[in-house]
Amino acid sequence: MSERAFRIGFLPLVDAALPIVAHEMGLAEAAGVRIELIKDMSWATVRDRLLYGHTDAAHLLAPLAIASTLGLGRPPVPIVVPFVLGLNGNAVTLRREVAAEIAADPADPAHTGQALARLIADRKAKGLPLIRMAVVHRYSSHNYMLRYWLAASGIDPERDVEMVVVPPPFTADALKAGEIDGACVGEPWNSAAVDSGAAMIVTATSMIWRRGVEKVLAVRSEVADERADRLAALMRALYSAGTLLMDQSRRDAITAILARPEYLDAPAERIRRALDGRLMLAADSNPVPIPDFLLMHREAANFPWQSQALWLYSQMVRWGDAPYQPEAEVVVRKVFRPDLYRRALGGTGAALPGASAKMEGALRSPAGVGTTQGRLILSPDHFFDGRAFDPDDLANYLRMLRSNEKS
Amino acid sequence: MRIAIVDESPARAAVIEEGLRDAGLSDITVLVERRGLAARLEALSPDVVLIDIENPSRDALEELFAVSRALARPIAMFVDQSDEHAIEAAIDAGVSAYVVDGLRRERIKSILDLAIKRFSAFSRLRAELTEAQSALAERKTLDRAKALLMKRRGIDEPAAYAALRKAAMDSGRRIVEVAEALITAEKLLGDMP
Repeated sequence: MSERAFRIGFLPLVDAALPIVAHEMGLAEAAGVRIELIKDMSWATVRDRLLYGHTDAAHLLAPLAIASTLGLGRPPVPIVVPFVLGLNGNAVTLRREVAAEIAADPADPAHTGQALARLIADRKAKGLPLIRMAVVHRYSSHNYMLRYWLAASGIDPERDVEMVVVPPPFTADALKAGEIDGACVGEPWNSAAVDSGAAMIVTATSMIWRRGVEKVLAVRSEVADERADRLAALMRALYSAGTLLMDQSRRDAITAILARPEYLDAPAERIRRALDGRLMLAADSNPVPIPDFLLMHREAANFPWQSQALWLYSQMVRWGDAPYQPEAEVVVRKVFRPDLYRRALGGTGAALPGASAKMEGALRSPAGVGTTQGRLILSPDHFFDGRAFDPDDLANYLRMLRSNEKS
Repeated sequence: MRIAIVDESPARAAVIEEGLRDAGLSDITVLVERRGLAARLEALSPDVVLIDIENPSRDALEELFAVSRALARPIAMFVDQSDEHAIEAAIDAGVSAYVVDGLRRERIKSILDLAIKRFSAFSRLRAELTEAQSALAERKTLDRAKALLMKRRGIDEPAAYAALRKAAMDSGRRIVEVAEALITAEKLLGDMP
């Protein structure tokens, strides 16, 4: 094949599985594309390689794709997201000493959040330093999900805790060294901290919002235009990789691949926990099932709903990371490209939603969705505090959130 | 112009620092340690931060630049957007930069150009060093193989070398590969220390 490979940048995380599996299990080849994977250790590096042409595509934080397009803190470079690599998949982990002071129930983030709020108030009364929480980047779903949970629990993320940034591969060490008290990070890095005995998982982002968009396939807009056919082939390969991930009989083989030094460089058993959605919350404890922990295939998880991008933008505005502008809202909506998804996966077995945006967090029971191909039933997608997001009424949503924050 | 060089490789940082000093820039601080980096940068308050692109501290630094009140809001990759070529050259060389917004573009560009040159020079040096090291290792292998032949067949050094060379030519392999094979065989067959 004469066409050059799709160079894809990634960070060692379980939700980098689709491109890795597509490459290693021959799906890319079958779709007629070549993949070359480039591993890095920080999101800034993955992003810069993408923006400046070192890579053709990236496993990227969804908000970072939006921030790059808007030009937050740097010259803007238009990025498109034709395919979502994963929903959810992160957890909130606290240093053991801190976790021991709250009776966390991972399945009940409202209860856990209130317990954390009490602990924070108590520490404040005693004059103890603020709890220091790490996220992986300012423009990360981790940051916005953690803030959403804290704020809804009566904790002001700006004043009641100290928020810092630690790249995923260094989180477990930072917890162990006591440099941070807690972290919101993807797998296998929570489990690495748990296995070291230094930390406990107190909740998962899937419990905060059942369908939070997480990593995406990010491509420079001009590359998506120039190599449209190859990109479509790549997306078909990634989709096929998702079908293999769903196949229990292949899971051992897949975890063994992901565990290799050039990919996640972590024990296979630890990686398997995220794929199975069964996490060990503390060292040497029995694994606990976490509903919808990480979705990489089912329920059209790869479909780039524009409402997901807009929810992230609403949070970027909420926390002062981006100004609210009607023009920016239009730009953000168009970062996610359901049209490219439909074009690439038309004629395959993939379900293609007819709409490009939906109410987020409104489903309390499974509901059928109108499709132009295939059949699609979406499961409950609620936020833990019961609020729903209407992508056509961003201003009102922000007003509502603000009025509910601690005054 | 106050410049901070953040690099976990002290050798590379030194090469860059030297280049900048030669160009008449004197207010330069090199930061190698990951720990306490944010606090040190904040205290230093540089106009330009040069950092190797793969440095794992970059995410934390971007956070610092976004929230710090002490630092005058540096932004990532400062060159005019029209000058994409320069940015690509920087990424290729493995250097990334953050500068305080509003600094004179021409001035910064010359610093970046210098950093790129120095980064590239360092990569070249490292490649040459690796090459030199492997050449040395090859010579050692060859010497051991020669010694082996001399001892086993009772021949002198030129004859041993000639034998190795002939075997290499006959089998279409590199002479060092033949030497390695000989040493391995000897190990397997016993007789080696």
